[in-house]
Amino acid sequence: MNILVCITHVPDTTSRISFTDNNTKFDTSGVQFIIGPYDDYALARAVELKEANGGEVTVLNVGPADTEPTIRKALAIGADKAIRVNAEPVDSFYVAQQIAAVIKNGNYDLILMGRESIDFNGGMVHGMVGELLNLPAFSPVMKLEIEGDTAKMSREIEGGKEFIEAKLPFIAGCQEPIAEWKIPNMRGIMSARKKPLEVIEPTDSVKNTEVSSYELPPAKGDVKMISKDNVEELVKLLKEEAKVL
Amino acid sequence: MSQEELIAVRKSQKQDLFESPDFYAIDDLLEEEHKLVRSSLRDFVKKEISPSIEGWAQNNHFPSEIVKKFGEVGAFGPTVPEEYGGGGLDYISYGLIMQEIERGDSGMRSTASVQGSLVMYPIYKYGTEEQKRKFLPALANGDMLGCFGLTEPDHGSNPGGMVTNFKDKGDHYLLNGAKMWISNAPEADIAVVWAKNEEGRIHGLIVERGMEGFSTPTTHGKWSLRASCTGELVFDNVKVPKENLLPGRSGLGAPLSCLDSARYGIAWGALGAAMDCYDSAKRYALERKQFGKPIGSFQLVQKKLAEMLTEITKGQLVNWRLGKLMNEGKATTAQISLAKRNNVEVALNIAREARQIHGGMGITGEYPIMRHMANLESVVTYEGTHDIHLLILGMDITGIPAFE
Repeated sequence: MNILVCITHVPDTTSRISFTDNNTKFDTSGVQFIIGPYDDYALARAVELKEANGGEVTVLNVGPADTEPTIRKALAIGADKAIRVNAEPVDSFYVAQQIAAVIKNGNYDLILMGRESIDFNGGMVHGMVGELLNLPAFSPVMKLEIEGDTAKMSREIEGGKEFIEAKLPFIAGCQEPIAEWKIPNMRGIMSARKKPLEVIEPTDSVKNTEVSSYELPPAKGDVKMISKDNVEELVKLLKEEAKVL
Repeated sequence: MSQEELIAVRKSQKQDLFESPDFYAIDDLLEEEHKLVRSSLRDFVKKEISPSIEGWAQNNHFPSEIVKKFGEVGAFGPTVPEEYGGGGLDYISYGLIMQEIERGDSGMRSTASVQGSLVMYPIYKYGTEEQKRKFLPALANGDMLGCFGLTEPDHGSNPGGMVTNFKDKGDHYLLNGAKMWISNAPEADIAVVWAKNEEGRIHGLIVERGMEGFSTPTTHGKWSLRASCTGELVFDNVKVPKENLLPGRSGLGAPLSCLDSARYGIAWGALGAAMDCYDSAKRYALERKQFGKPIGSFQLVQKKLAEMLTEITKGQLVNWRLGKLMNEGKATTAQISLAKRNNVEVALNIAREARQIHGGMGITGEYPIMRHMANLESVVTYEGTHDIHLLILGMDITGIPAFE
């Protein structure tokens, strides 16, 4: 089974976020980058499926050359080879078009990615890729088992859980507890050195968005603690101070 | 799950929020692969060691399941070539692995460095092809735990005076004697034992669990390295097959070469413990309030933190340079002594200062400080005492050995 896992290269969740160039660019100085945590779950599940069923895992990233350490980490975790589309991932639709082009040129039975990236949190790429290729897309997939050419999945929906069966190939946006994050071991890190990382140029694609400026969320205000027995005080404060009632 | 919730989950899974200081951008001197090695071991420690280490240490419990986990992540013998099950990594990577494990706990690092530098290293360096094939892969993947027997009850800083000996009995060697303060001994499957032959020359022998007359009594009552196991090795007419002799090198230089490799790892490891104390003290100084402001506002606390960071930064540079020399095969015993001695002392002083910043909280298991401090009290004298390393440097400077 050939699995494609699309990974994002995103700031670590503990990074301090700031902007440069008149708040039009994200300031990457001093920021540690990681594999998107949801993509990391997708990758872990892909490696497990490969170990159980055989086949090959390819990781794909749309990004400039400085994403390569993140791609190497994915190879160290257990992917067999990697493709980098040499382009800035400007928005969801642009990235989806690049991914779709790679899938068209490959022969993948299953395409996994995170339910969303954790930088821009669009959560749209899986659906867009499905639409571009006329393939089914599911998200957020929390369980994924493969039997022959059929997958059994479960998905969180409003007010409950949905159980799905689908024929391969399809696209899935993954989240925990689909698998546990894998820590690369030293032998994996060594072997990642020798695994192929192919760099391809982007296909001509539409860029629909342009960022005019970024701003940080307002700083957290002070917290007032009210004893659980003092509901009257709470209501009074909500009315008079917070003015939300 | 929102991003905030995700972060909260990540934090709750990893209460350990450790970040290493890098005041001189020493990361710029590292290769990407080194950083990946470090981040993998850091994640490993946060997942497998930090959540349980206080309990293990308080209960004087060696978690034997950690051996297999160390094997899986590749913490055993990372510099041994891949064909023998090792990682085939360089000495900077090896140092970073030791740094991260000791950042978790010195006892855990002891378990790993004994296996890698004192058991796998001599077998790889001085063993036969058969010995390498038989033992190295199992030691590397954690199926087997090893220990190293050099120190004796009456011979610590003077290992050349050892009395453990073996006699050639034709089809086997007969081994007699005892070793003391042996990390991993009670749980070990094999021991690399240094003993004198009938001519008084020191040789290495692989003694296997189950050989008649071989026992490994546990050392009880330790106040230090409580999560690792320590014991004795007792040899009472143990018949050791001739094929278990390490033929590649004899004389005191053979075990001392293994100690060079282990001491190099300790130089990195001790700095890991120092970084953990500094990281914890820094956070605590910003959270804890007295006189209406964080205690980090006060000059005397800032002085402590500033001095900690200064010593850590110097130690990082020493380690990096020594690692480069190790990679080139140029590092001398005296250079390694300088690094081991300096960095352990730095770590011990930082642990003591960090303890003061934490006040009463510093003596509890809520924070890692007291555990690191007690552990480092062993590290400062094992693998060559603080004083002996000073004399090794003294000999290097003057050409005159002061310990003979």
